[in-house]
Amino acid sequence: MALDSRAAGGVASAPQAAERRAHVTAVVGPPNSGKSTLFNRLTGLRQKVANFPGVTVEQRVGRAQLGSGREILLVDLPGIYSLDPHSEDERVTRDVLYGRMHDIARPDSILLVLDATNLGRHLVLAAPILSLGIPTLIILNMADDLRARGGSVDVEALSRQLGAPVALVSAATGENFETITRFLMSQPPAPIPVELPVLQDVPKCRAWAADIGSRACYRAPAPSVWTRRLDAVFLHPFWGPVVFGVVVVAVFQTIFSGARPLMEAAQRLVGVSGDFVANHLPESALRSLIVDGVWGGVGAVVVFLPQILLLFLFIGILEDSGYLARAALIADRTMAKIGLQGKSFIPLLSAYACAVPAILATRTIENKRDRIATILIAPFMTCSARLPVYTLVIAAFLPERPLLGPFLGTQAAAMLGLYLLGFLAAVATARILKSSVLKSERSPFVLEMPPYRRPTLRSLGLRLMDRAKVFLRRAGLVILPAAVILWCLAHFPFIDGKVPPIEQSLAGTLGRTVEPLIQPLGFNWKIGIGLITSLAAREVIVGTLGAIYGIEGDAHSTGLQRALQNDLTPAAAAALLVFFAFAMQCMSTLAVVRRETGSWRWPAMQFFYMGALAYLGALAANQGLGALLGK
Amino acid sequence: MVQLTFKSALSEKSESQSPRPHRSLKDLKRGEQGVIERIDLPERAARRLMELGFVPGAHVTAAHSAPGGGPTVYRVDGSEIALRKDTAGKILLSSERGHRAARK
Repeated sequence: MALDSRAAGGVASAPQAAERRAHVTAVVGPPNSGKSTLFNRLTGLRQKVANFPGVTVEQRVGRAQLGSGREILLVDLPGIYSLDPHSEDERVTRDVLYGRMHDIARPDSILLVLDATNLGRHLVLAAPILSLGIPTLIILNMADDLRARGGSVDVEALSRQLGAPVALVSAATGENFETITRFLMSQPPAPIPVELPVLQDVPKCRAWAADIGSRACYRAPAPSVWTRRLDAVFLHPFWGPVVFGVVVVAVFQTIFSGARPLMEAAQRLVGVSGDFVANHLPESALRSLIVDGVWGGVGAVVVFLPQILLLFLFIGILEDSGYLARAALIADRTMAKIGLQGKSFIPLLSAYACAVPAILATRTIENKRDRIATILIAPFMTCSARLPVYTLVIAAFLPERPLLGPFLGTQAAAMLGLYLLGFLAAVATARILKSSVLKSERSPFVLEMPPYRRPTLRSLGLRLMDRAKVFLRRAGLVILPAAVILWCLAHFPFIDGKVPPIEQSLAGTLGRTVEPLIQPLGFNWKIGIGLITSLAAREVIVGTLGAIYGIEGDAHSTGLQRALQNDLTPAAAAALLVFFAFAMQCMSTLAVVRRETGSWRWPAMQFFYMGALAYLGALAANQGLGALLGK
Repeated sequence: MVQLTFKSALSEKSESQSPRPHRSLKDLKRGEQGVIERIDLPERAARRLMELGFVPGAHVTAAHSAPGGGPTVYRVDGSEIALRKDTAGKILLSSERGHRAARK
């Protein structure tokens, strides 16, 4: 999956093996050099996202569209400033380039992507890359920007100075991509050795880059007028925070109301297709498994896809345009108060939709301890999977009454309270973590402000495709097995050759087994089954309770509400809400935390910590409220 | 304002307000420019900052600050980099005085 050269990777030195395997080209460059845009233009849809073996860094591999029979594998490596790594991303890039990465052959050639409008700084990276002795094409990206802002560079002279070919291109418009294609199709020679500075000496390297630049008649462009103008608003002492607030509210609003019609459409699609399947299968256990188990279980999760894609569309626009860096800057001070930093802000905001993308979004945090702390608190944010549960329980137990005139009713207030509860738990946990196990000497907070750019449809589209694929694969690998297991538990063992009543099924037995444990919380064995099944994903409890009570499982179903009113005291209902606010009931999140932190240690800790908090919180809610209400 | 010259070897015109020898990036007001003398941080952190352009001798201009004393954006060598106050306070300026940035 990673590279086709995998088998030959270890013996790349053997000539026949080298001929057999595909030619591998690494795309290298500093962050914000337009590396990924270039990669996308060269590979289009023929790319895959995978993880580098053994580490949590994502790699993108694609086939270049060369128009000849020859196949080139392009690997998009994480952005680097030098070969002296500071973050895990950068370490991966260095290891791949040195040929030290297990399972990945040393690249046959390199595309070094530099920002032509910022050569003073970016050219420094040419020294360590050229010293590798791998055939390299130096790509000066953003040619259009350079010209528009009155800069220029002598490409021929630069090429002579560096001993390697140089191409001035624009990844956004595709300008001069022929040169890149020609380089990839030829058998490029290794760079001609030129005098390079001592790589450890940063000031020397910069002086070298400045010297090379001036010999190549590099004229830096005027600062981007648009960036200055937009920053005058976005970083304005008053308007900056206002815009920030508007952006946050807009993201929220989109996640909740904007996505609703799409989610309803998805729900209808799942329902209609489920009915279609049900009508075309003979009445049997298999039909029940497929319709109730697979369609019901997986469908309940797949309906969240539009919401998650909308969130990623938003984040994509914010990131590609350059606003995200400004948002992190504005949020930094607030985040610093809970021991985190500005870069944690976006993942935590995303976690209100779903913790899984949020945890993936923590990759931009260089400080490993800050990153783990952010990963650990993200699931406390009220994700969309909690909404069906909250909606059901609140509607069943809290009569709607106006609290603040027409603006806020009791039910909305309860919902807001639960959001606040999750947020407070996250803040408290962050403080505890950052003052104990994850205490870190404050590494300098460094955040580059890229110039504003217009996001391209192409890159946004590719991003959404990626995320949709990841999400659906997860639904297939986690939710599907969970749904099938749940169905089996509820349908076995057969009694007199028939499906047993739920009390006597395996699920019922399981529920009764945990009943003594959850009785202090005010829950009976039916809720117990719901809690067990909701370990797979929170929203599964709604469908489970529906199945147990033999009523249509739907958060708005009055039948289910009435059934709950019979089985739960108001205090126990509150306890159930508190339990869901705190508990880590999401296999996908645990799996992704495992993948991102590299061991089971953190997800296990997270699971037990959140579980204990949920249990104690629910216990306090049930006993406290119970005493208060006299029940 | 007093005209003071500290190091005659440096030829840049200087316009200074106070004779304190070691100002840091933190002391730069918005639009004000300074020249870096050294970075008072552990080697690793200093290297990262140098890779981003904060090398001794570089001219740095302070730009926007996040509201409420958050990080400040500095223009150095064609890029804009945000640093927190504690980091900026460790990047010391040479007493040779930078002039106010001419360009807006």
